[in-house]
Amino acid sequence: MTQEELTAMEVTKSVDARGTSCPGPLLAAKKAMGEINSGDVLEVLSADEGTRKDIPKWATKKKHEYLGTVEESGYFKIFVKKA
Amino acid sequence: MDTIEKIKELEKQISELKQRTADIEDTHKDELSLVIMSGDMDKILASMIIAVGAAAMDTEVKMFFTFWGISALRDSKKHAKNKNFVSKMFGIMLPKGKNKLKLSNMNMAGMGPKMIRRIMKKQNVMSLDEMFKQAGELGIEMNICEMSMDLMGFKKEEMIDYPNLGYAGVATFLADANESRNQLFI
Repeated sequence: MTQEELTAMEVTKSVDARGTSCPGPLLAAKKAMGEINSGDVLEVLSADEGTRKDIPKWATKKKHEYLGTVEESGYFKIFVKKA
Repeated sequence: MDTIEKIKELEKQISELKQRTADIEDTHKDELSLVIMSGDMDKILASMIIAVGAAAMDTEVKMFFTFWGISALRDSKKHAKNKNFVSKMFGIMLPKGKNKLKLSNMNMAGMGPKMIRRIMKKQNVMSLDEMFKQAGELGIEMNICEMSMDLMGFKKEEMIDYPNLGYAGVATFLADANESRNQLFI
């Protein structure tokens, strides 16, 4: 997906994990995933550079679809579609 | 008649192949077994980050604490009675709980751990207390090696309150490790 498509996308749930470092954002993502339905889109906000690599790895393992990342000033928006 | 025999022969071959593929298939579970031998703050931190991270990825985690690692599971507020002299000495010499651990490098008489804790807080890294709390909620299993606990004179009543805390021997670790896809010795 392009950056424009990602920015314009409607997300079901957004979880702000900017206040935590590894493995905090991963835990936040796992918990939030449990609260949404299959096909829903989760947005994870993280200020942690490592999370950018970690979330796609986690998504692949859990068979979720990693949609992409948008870089904002000082943090990332990471989009994952629930399997 | 010939075709029937050929089909029978093929059926035999298929069932043999099925058996063989079943034998090769990975029977290991999505599980991580850790041996925590070290009682250094940095190594306990690394162990807990790996354990909590794995659990966040829905991997089943089993931690086996032995030797110096057991210090991390002592409760600073609890006291054990009826200890002999050697056990008492061990108890005094070894760190009383996860917040009293030393760093394996740059300990600087306790200044190092204090500095690390301050930096961790500043960088929003979970504290060891928080990581243990998360580990409990995620169902991470912790076992203490009963033999080394006896060796060091530690008692069950001085260990932390943790939902999945157990006491076991080497066979428990080996059995867990045998069915886990990943094993680590820290």
